[in-house]
Amino acid sequence: MREQPDIAESLSRLSLFADLSHTQLESIAHRFDEAVFAEGERILRTGLSGGALYVIIEGEAVVRIDERARVRFGPGEFFGELGVLLDEPPNADVEAATLLRCLEIPGADVAPFLLEFPQVMLRMLRSEARRLRVTTEWNR
Amino acid sequence: MEQITARPFPPGNYDVVVVGSGPGGLQTSHSLSALGVRHAVISQDDAPGGMFRRFPVFERLISWTKPDAPVARGTREYEWYDHNSLVGENGAGALVPEFMDRSFDVPSRAEMEACLVAFAERTGVQVQYRCRWTGTRREDDGFVLETSDGEYRCRFAVFAIGVTERWLAPIPGAEHAEHYVDTRPPDAYRDKRVVIIGKRNSGFELGNGLLPWARELVLVSPRPVQIGPLAHSPLRVRYLQPYEEYVRGGAGTYVVDAAITRIERLNGGLRVIAEGTTWPGRLEFDADNVILATGFRTPLLDLRELGVTTVLNDRVPALSAFFESLSVPGIFFAGNASQGAKGVRKHGVGPNSTSVNGFRYNARVLARHIAERLGIERHRPRLERDEVVPFLLRELSCGPEVWIQKNFLARVVSRSDDGLRDEGVLPLAHFLDEGGEDAVGVTIEMDPRAVIYPAVYVRRRGRIEEYELPPHPVHAYNSAGYRQELDSRLKPFL
Repeated sequence: MREQPDIAESLSRLSLFADLSHTQLESIAHRFDEAVFAEGERILRTGLSGGALYVIIEGEAVVRIDERARVRFGPGEFFGELGVLLDEPPNADVEAATLLRCLEIPGADVAPFLLEFPQVMLRMLRSEARRLRVTTEWNR
Repeated sequence: MEQITARPFPPGNYDVVVVGSGPGGLQTSHSLSALGVRHAVISQDDAPGGMFRRFPVFERLISWTKPDAPVARGTREYEWYDHNSLVGENGAGALVPEFMDRSFDVPSRAEMEACLVAFAERTGVQVQYRCRWTGTRREDDGFVLETSDGEYRCRFAVFAIGVTERWLAPIPGAEHAEHYVDTRPPDAYRDKRVVIIGKRNSGFELGNGLLPWARELVLVSPRPVQIGPLAHSPLRVRYLQPYEEYVRGGAGTYVVDAAITRIERLNGGLRVIAEGTTWPGRLEFDADNVILATGFRTPLLDLRELGVTTVLNDRVPALSAFFESLSVPGIFFAGNASQGAKGVRKHGVGPNSTSVNGFRYNARVLARHIAERLGIERHRPRLERDEVVPFLLRELSCGPEVWIQKNFLARVVSRSDDGLRDEGVLPLAHFLDEGGEDAVGVTIEMDPRAVIYPAVYVRRRGRIEEYELPPHPVHAYNSAGYRQELDSRLKPFL
């Protein structure tokens, strides 16, 4: 298996971080840990507190409610933000659909992180808006 | 010399082969033996000790051992006061206080090494020394480890090979710098301007060691020093003096948050060019010596080619809750590399697996898991209903596994048709995700404000309920109030 690329370099390929300088990416890569999950391994657990925001670097994750797969996320996408921002335990399980590599931003660090990097916050808001649009279209 | 010449494990077939004779390898072998698992231990060294035969450079550990404590030495409760001894399955633990001269409440490297030699002798851990692992391949349902002595076939391989290989950050000009492992005796830095790149354990260790010698000292890395978490880290015990000098305005010592742009040669010296991360702007540091304290990685040899995937910037193998490679089943890691098992990471708190106090318990859990995979049944003592609440509160008050491996290891009691059983210490992530019979798991946790509290997870009909009990100023959870609360939480389970 090849050696893994540097985390800052991996982040530079994701649109979420497209507005950040190399120094800013280095700072993020040093501040937060990378987490790797095996296929089928749970990342967020329904009803359990203390979660984090995860940004997918490589692989896919699937959201499950009552065992049913609802949404899949891929590289550059993120999950866990709802529980963290609302300070509530997740109402769904999220598990790795493949070998999954993420950047993990612990719950308590998310707000300061977003305020420090408003460009990332804006890109996250756009993603949230797109997710909301899809949900409203489902409900029509 | 007997250790070098004895050849206890000739090449051949074994259920398990353990590679390494540092604390991780010794603990794993001892725990496997106690469970009756037939295994071999091989090591390229010629005596026990692993990394403690060389490191830390400045000869003093950062984790405490209190020779005298409120509880008797050698008891299980004493382990919480002794973060450096391996844990004996038959009373052979708590060796470090025997070897400390009490100059400090943390042992020296030499004391630690002597203790590991004594542990191997007293527990009878045998090792095929001077046997270098040179390659790995799969065969049938197991692995072949190629070594300087010949081929070892096994169903499970446990690599306790440390995290001691240089890890070099991708910095242009890094070849001009020394690495931590090449650090010379401190007088070599007398009256020098020294830049240390890195502000974690090894960076602060060097900084502290060179304070009396260097003319100017700069510690630099992108990540700011985090005072809150450090207050809960053994790092602060000895290594924070450079930081204290800097924040008090001490001239000649600087701790700077900046990403290194490059290192250049300049007029017989070196120049480090850096860009601020917590402040805008560029800084240049002229130095006689630049030392990379950017960390280490596991010397995986050919295991990446075999498919072992890694984490934390390619430093350590990515592992399951039972310390098995996420990508190559059958390959396990013990010792410092067991940090590749992330656990639940509630509130972002990870396990304490990079030091002996944490990975000694990981090795026990790993040994028991391997024993079960080999068909050796686990000892699961029966508990009466009235015993469960006091038993769990006792574990929460003084169980060293849940105190040291907070939110990572849990004490578990299960309930099935044959009654209540003590399942022992299990990874919390495994408990939360495995499903199965009704059970309760308890552990100690720390919230984002670093408040320590007991946590209880009850599994009923496949669903997990989480209860956080209130903190206590002296962590005494045996009072009537806690008994009442836990009793009410467990009523449906019991």
